Amino acid sequence: MSPMARTAPVPAATDPAIIRNFCIIAHIDHGKSTLADRMLQLTGAVQQRDMKAQYLDRMDIERERGITIKSQAVRVPWEVDGTAYCLNMIDTPGHVDFTYEVSRSLAACEGAILLVDAAQGIEAQTLANLYLAMEHNLTIIPVLNKIDLPAAQPEKYALELANLIGGKAEDVLLVSGKTGIGVEALLDKIVRDLPAPVGNPDAPARAMIFDSVYDTYRGVVTYVRVVDGNLKPRERIQMMSTRATHELLEIGVSSPEPTPCKGLGVGEVGYLITGVKDVRQSKVGDTVTTLNKPATESLGGYEDPKPMVFSGLYPLDGADYPVLRDALDKFTLNDAALVYEPETSAALGFGFRVGFLGLLHLEITRERLEREYKLDLISTAPNVEYEVTLEDRKVIEVTNPSEYPSGKIAEVREPMVAATILAPNEFVGAIMELCQQRRGVMGGMDYLSEDRVEIRYRLPLAEIVFDFFDLLKSKTRGYGSLDWKADGDQVADLVKVDILLQGEQVDAFSAITHRDKAYAYGVMMTGKLRELIPRQQFEVPIQAAIGARIIARESIRAIRKDVLAKCYGGDITRKRKLLEKQKEGKKRMKMVGRVEVPQEAFIAALSSDDSKDKSKK
Amino acid sequence: MPSVLPLGDPAPADGVLPKQARHGAAGRGFGLYVHIPFCAVRCGYCDFNTYTATELGGGASQDAYAATATTEVNFAARVLEQSGLPARELDTVFFGGGTPTLLPASDLVTVLQSAAGVWGLKNDAEVTTEANPDSVSRSSLRELADGGFTRVSFGMQSAVPHVLKVLDRTHEPSRVPQAIEWAREAGLKVSVDLIYGTPGESEADWELSVRTALGYEPDHISAYALIVEEGTKLAAQIRRGQVPPIDDDDHASKYALADGLFAAAGLSWYEVSNWARSPEDACRHNLAYWRGSDWWGVGPGAHSHVGGVRWWNVKHPTAYANRLSQGQSPAAGRETLDEATRDVERIMLAARLSDGLALDTLGPAPRRAVAQLIAGELIEPAQAFAGRLILTLRGRLLADTVVRDLLPD
Repeated sequence: MSPMARTAPVPAATDPAIIRNFCIIAHIDHGKSTLADRMLQLTGAVQQRDMKAQYLDRMDIERERGITIKSQAVRVPWEVDGTAYCLNMIDTPGHVDFTYEVSRSLAACEGAILLVDAAQGIEAQTLANLYLAMEHNLTIIPVLNKIDLPAAQPEKYALELANLIGGKAEDVLLVSGKTGIGVEALLDKIVRDLPAPVGNPDAPARAMIFDSVYDTYRGVVTYVRVVDGNLKPRERIQMMSTRATHELLEIGVSSPEPTPCKGLGVGEVGYLITGVKDVRQSKVGDTVTTLNKPATESLGGYEDPKPMVFSGLYPLDGADYPVLRDALDKFTLNDAALVYEPETSAALGFGFRVGFLGLLHLEITRERLEREYKLDLISTAPNVEYEVTLEDRKVIEVTNPSEYPSGKIAEVREPMVAATILAPNEFVGAIMELCQQRRGVMGGMDYLSEDRVEIRYRLPLAEIVFDFFDLLKSKTRGYGSLDWKADGDQVADLVKVDILLQGEQVDAFSAITHRDKAYAYGVMMTGKLRELIPRQQFEVPIQAAIGARIIARESIRAIRKDVLAKCYGGDITRKRKLLEKQKEGKKRMKMVGRVEVPQEAFIAALSSDDSKDKSKK
Repeated sequence: MPSVLPLGDPAPADGVLPKQARHGAAGRGFGLYVHIPFCAVRCGYCDFNTYTATELGGGASQDAYAATATTEVNFAARVLEQSGLPARELDTVFFGGGTPTLLPASDLVTVLQSAAGVWGLKNDAEVTTEANPDSVSRSSLRELADGGFTRVSFGMQSAVPHVLKVLDRTHEPSRVPQAIEWAREAGLKVSVDLIYGTPGESEADWELSVRTALGYEPDHISAYALIVEEGTKLAAQIRRGQVPPIDDDDHASKYALADGLFAAAGLSWYEVSNWARSPEDACRHNLAYWRGSDWWGVGPGAHSHVGGVRWWNVKHPTAYANRLSQGQSPAAGRETLDEATRDVERIMLAARLSDGLALDTLGPAPRRAVAQLIAGELIEPAQAFAGRLILTLRGRLLADTVVRDLLPD
């Protein structure tokens, strides 16, 4: 058993040979943050009294949902055989929406802990991240967590992991982040098995940005891994993608509180502060060099984040529009993947069309906007980006159904994804049925173990952005897991379905769907609205239409009676209060033509049938 | 009155009213409502503050009730005087329930006479009691008339046995014409109450009830849509699917049917749910509610209004009797209305009357709504051009919609 390191190696003067850079690859609730907490405690990086559950997850929302959105790097000391080593633990986001961020985090490491819940086995997203880790030639340490759970099946899942990455089931470490069992052995194994970083200390400095976070007091905090050369305080640095230069106001390491230091050398991981206020000036994946002795070649692998899912965000109260604008403005300081532009909806008023990496990104952003800025928001049904070619060969990118051209269309292309689904084999039939319904084409199927399969499908992104994951979960009794990545596009027979209330088109309810599904959407939405919109003084026809062709219709009968029969002496106070309350309620109605539509109807019609809480993962 | 009391401010134990109550009182009428909280059986649809004989004792018992009510009458006279209100004779008195005629006629007369003793009754005062057709006799009606009553309102509800059964009404339909005949003999004006929209009632059933009621040639008819109140037996039966739910469209059709038959028989509407043979036959007591007059409500759960101050008594007869026996106000809560709120009430109540509202009393925003109301065929256009807002038949059925449009923002 190894003791806590007596003297920690000093930044800027650390021999790469005693550095170990690693990350933890795990599914959302497989206990990564708890294990990280335990490591911080055992290495003495965090004192017992400062310990909070999931120390590294800074934002409340992360702590509550138990998922890590922004990665961070922590430097901890650990002694093996009398040598003090420096371990850099780089926390990675676990969700598929953040694949690019994950890949940058992985690029900063030499090794990865593959952490799997001993009661659940590996999940599709973990498998995807494991694949990325292997692509980066990382050394993998397979670990089963939560072995203290009564439902743990370490033998079964150790075999599964061994089959996946090669090796023997006995080599899989068994730990419990909760009780601490096996964590010291894991720290030892990190030191022994993971390779030390290699780089040229005399070459021009090259450091890769793997995360970039906006801090209210410090401005942008940029996390880097130095590959060659070194970085020192007060130096001028240059971002190689933009050639922008900044002065290094502070350079330091997280241990885990930010600690300024004299610099960072080969293989070291730390943070830079330049006074920049916008994360877009410090892009994840970019290479940092120095102005005095610039590198000629960047480290490569940089990509601009590409939004995949678009949704209109509207404040319930139109007066909150400026608040929403300012909030989005602030969010983009910290989230280079978030893009937005103003948008107007006849039904919902002023709002923004916002592009996200995926549904989780959408939901987290929306929830943070509501929580941190006290906003009540309506989000329109998520859309993907369609490429519409008109007959005159003009090409339009459509992220909002209301932009869908009404003229002659030559071709529409929709984005596709390669999806991987892992589940117990008893659910294969149900999963295939779901994927076929969603216009999926099967790519293949493999058994991970005796009873668990990996199914691969190519699916239109539009088919998975709304409720696919919820359905997958319910069809597999919670055991199914999903990972996807962009996989080009395809020509598809798509149409725009409009919803009309008393002949007036309600833009918020328009949708782009496959022609075969237009009727179902029309029937579903008109039916929903019939239930949600209160009866008016006149009959209100609700129609679904493709262009001028009506494909579904419902009608809300006119209300004929709205009067309290008895209003005598004892009824007056109550009746007055009721009418005043109803009058207040009327103010919150949106007018569509002459039809009064309650806000709740918009919200309910735009949300999926199940409760909101389900699509969180 | 519905059994749940509103939320308001606490009422003081001495019952004394805020100053605003006395402003302009000399120009306002004054009435008395006496709540009789007893019924032989509780009807399945009823959520009123009423109790069967076996449920109560002490000062709240049926035997002691006339004395308890008289105590409140005397208390009321003192409070009004202490609050600086001028002495006013009673324009109207109304005994409601419950089933007032479950008490001996002599008890009702005792309470009426105690009120006449402290305030005086105007010569042409209207004095009404509600009555169940099977809790009156020729002699009891005679006794009421002799004691000062001028009007009786019978709870007929329906002429159709299966409908009466769903309503839990116990009377034989044939009792109604008999009771009306006796009331006429005694010189009392006659009103009948009808209920439409009872689960299981067909349009033909309702038409039969309306025609039967008209056949008795009453001076006045009240017709109410059945309201299913939470907590009633009927609400539970509907929830369990034993009885079909009520249907607003059915109510609307039946209202229109009745209104047509009433009009053809010479009864005109003067309030959304009330029709009278002539303007003199309208219930003056109820009109006083709708026109913002003053009245004192005696009895458990009874509501009162004096000059923009509304209050309501504790609900339970025992608690009520105890308060009075200790010389305390039986009020459970009250509210003192500001000008804006009084205006809301004025619009809400006057809009339901055939006299309607003078448009020049409305603020600018509500007046802008008037054009829409005309377009929606909710108010009479010619009357609107002449400066009054009067509901059409369609408007009466959508009166709450109209009122919401007229309320200031």
